[in-house]
Amino acid sequence: MGILKTFSLGGVHPPENKLSADKAIEVMPLPKQAFIPLNQNLGAPGVPQVQKGDEIKVGQLIAKGEAFISSNVHSPVSGKVLKVDNVVDPSGYKRPAFVVNVEGDEWVESIDRSPEFIKEIKLSQKEIIDKIHDLGIVGLGGATFPSHVKLMVPEGKTAEVLIINGVECEPYLTADHRVMLEKGDEVMVGTSILMKGLGVKRAVIGIENNKKDAISHLTELAKNYEGIEICPLKVKYPQGGEKQLIKATIKREVPSGKLPIEVGAVVNNVGTAFAVYEAVQKNKPLIERVVTITGKSVSKPGNFMARIGTPIAELVEKAGGLPDDSGKLIGGGPMMGKALLSLDTPIVKGSSGILILREDESKRVEMKNCIRCARCVSVCPMGLEPLLLAQQSEGEMWDDAEKDRIMDCIECGSCHYTCPSGRPLLDYIRLGKNKVGQIIRNRGKK
Amino acid sequence: MLTVSGSPHVHGDSSVKKIMYTVVFAMVPAMLVSVYFFGLDALRVLVISSLACLFFEWLIQKYLIKGPVTINDGSALVTGILLAFNVPSDLPAWILIVGAFIAIGMAKMSFGGLGKNPFNPALVGRVFLLISFPVQMTSWPEPRLLFGGTASYPDAMGGATPLAFLKEGLKNNSVPELMEKMPDMMSNLIGFIGGSLGEVSAVALLLGAVYMLIKKVISWHIPVAYIGSVLIFTGILWLIDPNAYADPMFHLLTGGLILGAFFMATDMVSSPISPMGQIIFGIGCGVITILIRVWGAYPEGVSFAILIMNAFTPLINLGFKPKRFGEKLKAA
Repeated sequence: MGILKTFSLGGVHPPENKLSADKAIEVMPLPKQAFIPLNQNLGAPGVPQVQKGDEIKVGQLIAKGEAFISSNVHSPVSGKVLKVDNVVDPSGYKRPAFVVNVEGDEWVESIDRSPEFIKEIKLSQKEIIDKIHDLGIVGLGGATFPSHVKLMVPEGKTAEVLIINGVECEPYLTADHRVMLEKGDEVMVGTSILMKGLGVKRAVIGIENNKKDAISHLTELAKNYEGIEICPLKVKYPQGGEKQLIKATIKREVPSGKLPIEVGAVVNNVGTAFAVYEAVQKNKPLIERVVTITGKSVSKPGNFMARIGTPIAELVEKAGGLPDDSGKLIGGGPMMGKALLSLDTPIVKGSSGILILREDESKRVEMKNCIRCARCVSVCPMGLEPLLLAQQSEGEMWDDAEKDRIMDCIECGSCHYTCPSGRPLLDYIRLGKNKVGQIIRNRGKK
Repeated sequence: MLTVSGSPHVHGDSSVKKIMYTVVFAMVPAMLVSVYFFGLDALRVLVISSLACLFFEWLIQKYLIKGPVTINDGSALVTGILLAFNVPSDLPAWILIVGAFIAIGMAKMSFGGLGKNPFNPALVGRVFLLISFPVQMTSWPEPRLLFGGTASYPDAMGGATPLAFLKEGLKNNSVPELMEKMPDMMSNLIGFIGGSLGEVSAVALLLGAVYMLIKKVISWHIPVAYIGSVLIFTGILWLIDPNAYADPMFHLLTGGLILGAFFMATDMVSSPISPMGQIIFGIGCGVITILIRVWGAYPEGVSFAILIMNAFTPLINLGFKPKRFGEKLKAA
């Protein structure tokens, strides 16, 4: 294999703790009640298409994404719409959601529910993009950017290579790993569809070397598909960051403030490739996804195919119940995930995992003076100076922070992770990004 | 009860305490060698200096600042040992205590304590003593072997350090003549020479330096740039006129260069952030050290060089940013 590729600047290696790596995907039973937020994507929320009291079926459009960066939402369950109410979603905010009383499991007829695997791609480039748009596919890596928008290459730019993110660099999470192992062919077809949608002849699937089984499985499968390479990568966080993955796989650096298309690349997650397969080949909207439930005290950590809108409590129950020593509930991985407020939070399109930390793992270490050791600088994958940016944010020196490229921060948390003084560098930098972002937007308005 | 906080939710295992005690551990070989060559006097200096630094930090934190006392974080201990390393082994206790007070009180605590000091505290203490008590600070006891070895120190040297001997001797003699009377290379390497108690043994210091590099407490940039620039600078002078200038190896092994380059110039708090900045800092230290050694009034220039470059650190940080991701626009 030779020397494994990776990105060049910074990075850390937190303990991997992939407790559920060998647990096959289990299908979750239907929830009794589903909570389906109208906004499950980056961008504008969907506009409701059904009302209180309506009977709905699985796969029925219930919220329409009308803005350019927006996405459709389909019902993951059948039953009666109880109400449209404000529900705390994984972001921690109360947002409008459909509350559905689940009755039976009745699907709209257009969805192909047969187990048949379809390899041949019949749709044209435009039809593919429309289908992905209609069926509400968003990036499943966590950012939930509407997938059809990524396929529409802006004028003057050319896409050369599709990069599929099978890195899963967050500790604990194994959902993508299981998808690659169990839905390998579907991922390959999904990748081929995305290549066609994008109009490129080359795709690279980047996978970290702690998933050797997935690497060998997909490498074997790739022989049957044209233009798809498997790229094993050295284990290093945050390799799943879009810019880091592009650097690691094709050695190109996306310039500051620019999108990957600037260097001819478009990145999609393996989970997204699977969802694209289901949408384009089986006409199935994004109504379920694989979610890892894990944690050191969780008695049965595992990977579950869960309908969107399922309350986390039911998943946790399935994984053996909430451990007594639980201290923190995280939506996503330990590095970039969000702490959840309650077990009633529903699974949404962007939920890759639920991590339950023990009480003793939940508290931050005591904060001390910065000793200017510059470890945060050496681990920053964007080549920034986190200690300086945090200081500037604390002192409200927004101009300086902008000049020192605070907006380049990808919020990977490597700085805080590595700080010997336990300083919450990313907290300050997030605050600064928020302010500087506002200033930049206001400047644009003038 | 669930905790809610921003990401990341896990923390690496590094801490200030670990870093400081790694440095302390790295200084153990040099401490042992100093006791071997200078006897129990060296031990006395090490203990007094360390205890005095810890005491002043405790006193100031508890009674002046009235804040948390952090003397167990190891940073005051590091300052104490470094200060001891930078003085002659027969320095009177009261002078040492004054030095500790200046190092901790003036150079560290009055700027806000750990992490806030612009200058290396131990060096501030050392330079204060050198200027205030020049006689006591430059009279060096001859090294002797604790366990009664047969080796003896060259008579001509008295207690002078090789650098001081060179500086004084060059008024009437050429370098090769002086070299004849001085300890050989092997003595320089293991530390059988006069000097501050921590600077004498290159081998012991390098042992600690390797440990710190492996533990990633320091990076190679400052020491390599510092020592490299000294070797190149003195090498050029030596090639021009070997009768007037000592060779690079002499400059490397006889003074406080190795101690300074690995243990003091690398002080995180007072040195630059970016790798490029650290290289500039190291080169600056090297050039100033040699300017002082060769043309200055003092035989040794390491302490002054590092302190001067400490003062430039904010400027270097401003001018030399780390390599940013995506800085060079690559044609797509």
